[in-house]
Amino acid sequence: MTVSKLKESHKLLAEYKYVPAKVDKGYTNKSLYVNLSGNKIKAKEVTAMMKEKFIGGRGFGLWYLWNAVTPQTKWNDPENEIIISPGPVAGITQYPGAGKSLVVTLSPNTQTVVDSNVGGYFGPLLKFSGWDALEVQGKAENDVVIFIDGSEGVVRVEEAPEEAVDSHLLAEQLTELYADCEEDKRNISVVSAGTAADNTMLGMLNFSFYDPRRKTVRLKQAGRGGIGTVLRDKKIKGIVVKFKGLKGNLNNPADFAKIVNTGVKLHKEINRLDDYQNRMRHNGTTFLAGIMNDYDLLPTCNFKFGSHPEGEKIAAPNWVKMFDAGKADGCWYGCTLACSKVVCGFELKTGPYKGQKVVVDGPEYETIAGVGSNCGIFDRDYILECNFYCDTYGIDTISFGTTTAFIMECYENGIINKEITGGLELNFGSKEAAMELLHQMARGEGFGKIAGLGIKRLKEIFVREYGADAGFLNDIGMEAKGLEYAEYVSKESLVQQAGFGLANKGPQHDEAWLIFMDMVNNQLPTFEDKAEALHYFPMFRTWLGLVGLCKLPWNDIVPESNKDTEEPAKIIEHVQNYVDLFNAVTGQNIDIDGMIRQSEGVYQFQRVFNLRMGFGTREYDKVPYRSMGPVTVEEYQSRQERYDGQLKELLGIDPEGKSTEEKIKLLRKYREEQYEKITDAVYERRGWTKNGVPKLETLQKFGMDFPELVELVKQHQ
Amino acid sequence: MKKLVKNEKLCTACGACQRICSQTYFKEDNKEKSAIGIKAEDSGTTIIACSQCGECIDLCPAEAIYRDQKGVVRIKNSICVGCFSCVGFCPEGAMFYHGDYTEPFKCTACGLCVKECPSGAITIQG
Repeated sequence: MTVSKLKESHKLLAEYKYVPAKVDKGYTNKSLYVNLSGNKIKAKEVTAMMKEKFIGGRGFGLWYLWNAVTPQTKWNDPENEIIISPGPVAGITQYPGAGKSLVVTLSPNTQTVVDSNVGGYFGPLLKFSGWDALEVQGKAENDVVIFIDGSEGVVRVEEAPEEAVDSHLLAEQLTELYADCEEDKRNISVVSAGTAADNTMLGMLNFSFYDPRRKTVRLKQAGRGGIGTVLRDKKIKGIVVKFKGLKGNLNNPADFAKIVNTGVKLHKEINRLDDYQNRMRHNGTTFLAGIMNDYDLLPTCNFKFGSHPEGEKIAAPNWVKMFDAGKADGCWYGCTLACSKVVCGFELKTGPYKGQKVVVDGPEYETIAGVGSNCGIFDRDYILECNFYCDTYGIDTISFGTTTAFIMECYENGIINKEITGGLELNFGSKEAAMELLHQMARGEGFGKIAGLGIKRLKEIFVREYGADAGFLNDIGMEAKGLEYAEYVSKESLVQQAGFGLANKGPQHDEAWLIFMDMVNNQLPTFEDKAEALHYFPMFRTWLGLVGLCKLPWNDIVPESNKDTEEPAKIIEHVQNYVDLFNAVTGQNIDIDGMIRQSEGVYQFQRVFNLRMGFGTREYDKVPYRSMGPVTVEEYQSRQERYDGQLKELLGIDPEGKSTEEKIKLLRKYREEQYEKITDAVYERRGWTKNGVPKLETLQKFGMDFPELVELVKQHQ
Repeated sequence: MKKLVKNEKLCTACGACQRICSQTYFKEDNKEKSAIGIKAEDSGTTIIACSQCGECIDLCPAEAIYRDQKGVVRIKNSICVGCFSCVGFCPEGAMFYHGDYTEPFKCTACGLCVKECPSGAITIQG
């Protein structure tokens, strides 16, 4: 269907005209509210309180969602919202990684609040269109597109019956439809999901940007927590923003020169050092695959192992050969770390688009490990095809990978069989079956429909329907709080175990990616170092999501002098850059302590939000034992020397003459105690009770003593 | 290809080139706003000016940098988004910027500075 036909099929449901607010020191001071149930559109004031206590980005999302829902609200109730907010620093073009959007909703996976961050142009263009945040509530009757035109000052809700649902088609169609000409396409960004988001709980959001050199729409993902499923439940096909006239000073910052100087400093640093460090400009994030395999941290066969003899096949050099690498591969202007790699002209071998040559965004490390090694698959073409289909179907590659790996282990253990899977032989390494499972998820058919519920629900089904041993499934099912694990083997890293387990939204690396500094750089040797890291880094990383910045330019490039600093893990020069940027944009005068304090307030708020929704206590910080140590004899014996050594050195137990089962039990007791011990230490450090609830004085300390929060935590003191 | 050619041995670091450059393009006598840089050190003088190598062209995310018919690398300010990636990656350090402006600037081999140079240290080739 031609674009003009698509346009003709649109039916206007609501229109709102507005004069776009000018950005003042990073804020427009307005947010856009759209309710699809009654097609209401209005502007809201962003208050001084919001800016002071919640800063922006994820903070604004949490605040709006708190006010939109009740403790009884479910993810698929009309009251649930999707909030997209870029943060005050987002949209500057001078410093790498400054185009992030933060998305917040009630998650179908965790049943509580979740946040996910994403690149692409949507957040900055939304802000320059006059909005610090977009709040979407309610449900449409039929598929709609929300169109925000910041140049014309108009917001429309339009029924959009004819466009595709799958993102690679839809994002192209909507870009074409709303652009005035080829040159105008760069002024458009689309948020969309896909057909698997219609039929699974693992749906994600694609955020697009137009790539003028390759003349194609590129997609970045807000992957975690099933937000795409929420989008489609609201019958939203796409959210489109259009803004013309981008310049480098549209944030109207307090000190433009300071931003430019800070940005140029980092551009030069990347130019000088990237070739000798992670080679992000060449490899993207694929560089991690080889390192993780070398350090026994690459999830293999449902996190049983951390490396594989075939691991080399999916290491960076093999991807670089396939990339259509450019020099400007950023997902927002000015990101010279340029990790948004792409494979062009990839011919699909399966599925509805079989035979077509497509553009594949990525693969990123998490995708390689998730759909690849963790499923025992080391085939590059499979990984690319799976990457493409996950993206266009709107399904999170991490949750898909980790869920499929879990299913494969269940299949190999006879917990499920061919009859149950409808003929799919889902052994580790079965790429054809895994691909078919993905297509079934998109079609909402067969075993794919069940698999798309995610690990937490699958465990319940396997126990209830097939008599599986609940204890075993809880040990090997790599989910916590209902969210599937991101792709790092944390068995030998206590700090990463807790980094995953104590994360507010579930085991996602963006809150506490500590494995590299712990296991590769060996920067957290003592228990105290680890406990402190579990306070500082989640707070620091949360902050980046409050202001709209990417984490990669913080630690994927490191200044020469960093090794001589007091705490190399912090990369303090880059932290100072962020403080400088925040001050230069907003005109405020915070220091590094102030930055962490800003985060702590929001972090505490999110923890109480979990409590409000019926979670947020110690029992919900438990993790599957597979994330802590060897569950099975096979796992233990594969690293017997290491584990026997630990029994001797750490526990003073002679492993001689003991059965593997006995040794597993002894090691498990020790490791579980360690986890409890570090949980105690982190709770204490975060100002929480032994049950993981923020203390009243903690809320007061960070100015989060709103009456509703105080009332809630009082019940748990 | 039209470009500025330098003979640093002849340079006296008098700054005449920078004056005319900043006056012409920014209406100000300010060497910080000149598209030609002079570094005078004990070991000798360095002249920093664009060699028109074009490395910045593919680096620009907005496709705002192009080579004109005479081979001169130019910036289309109307679509430049002011990210200054080109500044950080210029092999010559010859892409300049100033906090007063949202776009970078560079030598376009206009030749005005050549006329001002008293020692013949710079010439235009091509």
